Amino acid sequence: MRARAGGPADPVPGGSAADPGPAGAARFGNPVQSLLHSYPSLGPFAVLVLACVVFDLFNSRFLGMANLSIMLQQVAVVGLLALGQTVIILTAGIDLSVGAAMILAQMVMAGLAVTNGCPVVLALAVGLLVALLTGLVNGFLVTRFHVPPFIGTLGTLGVFTAVGLKYANGQTLSPKPGSFLLWTGKIVTLGSFHITVGVLMMIALYLIVGYALGRTAWGKHVYAVGDEPEAARLTGINTARLLLSVYLVAGLVYGVAAWVQIGRVGDASTDISSTLNLDSITAVVIGGVSLFGGRGMVLGTLFGALIVQVFQNGLALAGVQDLYQQLAEGLLVIAAVSLDRWIRKVRS
Amino acid sequence: MNTTTNPPRPPAPDAAGRTPVLAARDLVKSYGRVEALRGADFELFPGEVLAVIGDNGAGKSTLIKCLSGAAVPDSGTLLLDGAPADFRTPAQAKAAGIETVYQTLAVTPALDIASNLYLGREIRRKGPLGTLLRMLDTAAMRKQAEEHIKRLGIATLQDITQPVETLSGGQRQAVAVARAAAFGSKVVILDEPTAALGVRESGQVAELIKRLRDHGMPIVLISHDMPVVFELADRIHVQRLGRRAAVISPATHSMEDAVAIMTGARTA
Ligand SMILES: Nc1ncnc2c1ncn2[C@@H]1O[C@H](COP(=O)(O)OP(=O)(O)OP(=O)(O)O)[C@@H](O)[C@H]1O
Ligand SMILES: [Mg+2]
Repeated sequence: MRARAGGPADPVPGGSAADPGPAGAARFGNPVQSLLHSYPSLGPFAVLVLACVVFDLFNSRFLGMANLSIMLQQVAVVGLLALGQTVIILTAGIDLSVGAAMILAQMVMAGLAVTNGCPVVLALAVGLLVALLTGLVNGFLVTRFHVPPFIGTLGTLGVFTAVGLKYANGQTLSPKPGSFLLWTGKIVTLGSFHITVGVLMMIALYLIVGYALGRTAWGKHVYAVGDEPEAARLTGINTARLLLSVYLVAGLVYGVAAWVQIGRVGDASTDISSTLNLDSITAVVIGGVSLFGGRGMVLGTLFGALIVQVFQNGLALAGVQDLYQQLAEGLLVIAAVSLDRWIRKVRS
Repeated sequence: MNTTTNPPRPPAPDAAGRTPVLAARDLVKSYGRVEALRGADFELFPGEVLAVIGDNGAGKSTLIKCLSGAAVPDSGTLLLDGAPADFRTPAQAKAAGIETVYQTLAVTPALDIASNLYLGREIRRKGPLGTLLRMLDTAAMRKQAEEHIKRLGIATLQDITQPVETLSGGQRQAVAVARAAAFGSKVVILDEPTAALGVRESGQVAELIKRLRDHGMPIVLISHDMPVVFELADRIHVQRLGRRAAVISPATHSMEDAVAIMTGARTA
């Protein structure tokens, strides 16, 4: 089949190999621009491959199975947060509360299981519900009260953070060894590859969300609402309901991220990197998903998250100072957004 | 103010005793302090092409938005086949078989032509893939979209998988017209469908309107193009200052008459 890679006509992530070629190739003056327009994940993919090759030149351990395994384990949480973030950004929204929502969910999961002695499955379910609730709050702010997503989620960032801190009360909660809460951290060995259940969960969710975006009417509507909300409304799409569903999906994904985070660290505390919010947005933007909505795919986000991870890991292995990692990340974001603006010019 | 020419309240049957397919009575719609509609009436009879003309800002687009669920009037009633109807969303009007080409062209640039045609009415795969996994039948939609476009004789749209953003303004308009023509089952409303079109494409849309009319489809055509209006319309609704100023017939009135009524220089 002949799919246009930029949009929902796309196959599920990983399936694009079957495509004979971009439908719109050579429709614009500049072939590179046209190619990137048709395949927005191509840019991040090239950067990822290039970065891997370069870092491997500096340190031959870089592309070893051990290091690749570690990088995948490290990318799982941000990768999941970026996945939820992608769906929201595709509707031209943004979620600044993503990290706070995840921390709140993991504190509830661990708190119920460890402090209150709830059955773990129940604790997990309630934690996922709390994550869903954070999505519901954000979704209501955007659809019912017409608060711009940037402002609405800036507000809920404060609220979720405060509720999380209050609930956690400064504790670090460690589930008993063998607890189902830690299952996401269990190592799965595939040959000389050692990944965790959490990594597999991340991959599964990318496949599911990628499928929903690329192969269902819901996905088409996500792109349509992100691209031209008024046109989508006039076409008969219930835009408010669609946006609400998007924030709910994102919330649920953050809930899974919370579980993966507990498994990875082995305990739950509010004392996690405060850069999670921005890291998720960074991954999405580097992954070629347009902040203006309607353009991009989750495969690109996965590449984006991996790029950030590869840079952090590779620069650390090469013995480069922290500040240069941040510099590199910042430059990548600027480059990605500039590239997006350039690619979007074909529209006019 | 010119209210003397208002015909009796709808849904008055016409001379032949027919009930209007779509009618409106006393529509009022304000945007802030701007009164776009101030008690507008409207009637569309079965099988006719009704042109709506009027100066810029006369309330033509607002009128058809109220008829198609894109805007909800502040007061007034809608009648579908003589029965009260209440469209609060475009989806409700579409479900009733009313398809509209909006002046602002409600197309989605990032999606391809086929996806645009089927947006909001997607076809799912047969069997569990469709019911359980909700998988779209992209191949079927493309095939049918191609058939629709061929049947409608819209030659300017070649590659159904082309993203709409790569199309020219006229081609985009053709996509919107094709969608309305393909799926309108009761009424097709066209708000300035030829505004961005070249001479040849305008001619194609005019042909398309004739063909739809020959199939018995009632059509509302908003246009500033008087020769086209007088060629295609069975009746002409003249909108002025948020109201219907008159309904005239190309058979009994000239273009000069129409313009004079439109500008308030005279009444019908
Ligand atoms: N969404 C809106 N917000 C504010 N004012 C509006 C809106 N839509 C229409 N109006 C106002 O209502 C009045 C009628 O507008 P409308 O678009 O119905 O006119 P029209 O007859 O279609 O004109 P044109 O021939 O230029 O398309 C105008 O004064 C316009 O400024
Ligand atoms: Mg208008």
